[in-house]
Amino acid sequence: MSKTLLLVGTRKGAFLLDSDADRRDWNLRGPFCEGWPVYHVVQDSVTGDIYAAAASEWHGSAVWRSKDFGETWTLSSEGISYGEDSPRKVSKVSTLAVRNGRVLVGVEAPGIFESKDGGETFSLLTTLAGQPGSEMWDDPANQPPGHLGISAIALDKKDDSRFWAIVQGIGLFETADDGSSWTPRNRGLRADWPRPHEEVGFCVHKVVRSDDSRLFQQNHVGMHRSDDDGHTWTEITEGLPTEFGFAAAAHPHDRDTFYTIPLAPLHGRTMPDGKATVWQTKDAGSSWRPLRSGLPQEDAYLGVLREAMAADTYDVPGLYFGTSTGQLFASNDEGESWNEIASYLPPISSVEVAIVD
Amino acid sequence: MAELHLPGTLTPLFAGLPRRLDVEAATVDDAISELERQWPGLRDRLCEPGPSLRTHIHVYVDRERASLATPLEPRSRVDVIAAISGG
Repeated sequence: MSKTLLLVGTRKGAFLLDSDADRRDWNLRGPFCEGWPVYHVVQDSVTGDIYAAAASEWHGSAVWRSKDFGETWTLSSEGISYGEDSPRKVSKVSTLAVRNGRVLVGVEAPGIFESKDGGETFSLLTTLAGQPGSEMWDDPANQPPGHLGISAIALDKKDDSRFWAIVQGIGLFETADDGSSWTPRNRGLRADWPRPHEEVGFCVHKVVRSDDSRLFQQNHVGMHRSDDDGHTWTEITEGLPTEFGFAAAAHPHDRDTFYTIPLAPLHGRTMPDGKATVWQTKDAGSSWRPLRSGLPQEDAYLGVLREAMAADTYDVPGLYFGTSTGQLFASNDEGESWNEIASYLPPISSVEVAIVD
Repeated sequence: MAELHLPGTLTPLFAGLPRRLDVEAATVDDAISELERQWPGLRDRLCEPGPSLRTHIHVYVDRERASLATPLEPRSRVDVIAAISGG
């Protein structure tokens, strides 16, 4: 029988939860990674290896890995550096993407490193040099911490040489040749602030691949959909309670069904009116409906970060999200009903799900 | 031989790394190189490119705040401290 594995990154280490295909009862293990702040935990579906992007305030950034479903962990940062003499520093490994033993690591200052040996060693793949906006992220005044990193990498479902990278506050970029060349993919997005370049200057929070041609994105200003691989975007915010949010997930079997968690904009960034709600569209963003059954509806000022929502791939898919105050919620019926499966975790940075045969 | 004391945050990251050990080294940097030789990857946990000590890693040689270049005497005591930060 299949096992369902939730991979949770928190400010105080990584946690793993497992269940069967029913996804009702969960067993939690952790914290792993010695309690380091963990920003993203992923599993390679081919090798089964688990990777965690972490950055210790004392000991720097590294990628932790487990080859035995979390029983033992090792870490490496060998090669994750811009060099001794470079003004660029790696302050944080912030996001991971993995397939077939190859690990892509997005970092601050913006760059992507890769490992082809299962996370033992890394080498620089790209800094997206020369792209519009790169003068901003190459400016030492804008160097991290806290500025202009690669905040997410989205893989194509079929083509390993093709993926998308978000540069914080700059926008979305696509490569179709494994990082050798890049193209801004922000046409049609909205920005309510002045921009020095036509093609960039957008605040992309989360991009989700829906099918072979469709992408969704939660932006600082609005939800957006692309039906042409990100070449052009159409805003689909109407019907949502706010335009702001971080997390998003796509239904694995229905290209028109998609989920997001709107948050109050500005500094609050929690669920509006203290009512925990996931919003679903079944018509590609033409209309939205709230999913609240089982979620707290009173005084629930919960925040959810960009990597903290996931969908599994069962016939009736499950959905999961974790909050910045340590609650973890799961649905085994496409979001129609929810259960709180962990209540007192450290602040949650990421939630991913894997099905292990 | 200098007497080296390491922080408890470091030892779980490397199999067999003790909290206290003796190293033959002329400087703090040499001592860290010796640790790196025995436990590959350890230098990156204490130093950042430059190289320099990481911001929240403090080293004291015979109770005096030290840098990578600080010389060691044959019987120096070297304390590597994970300075208080975070919450």
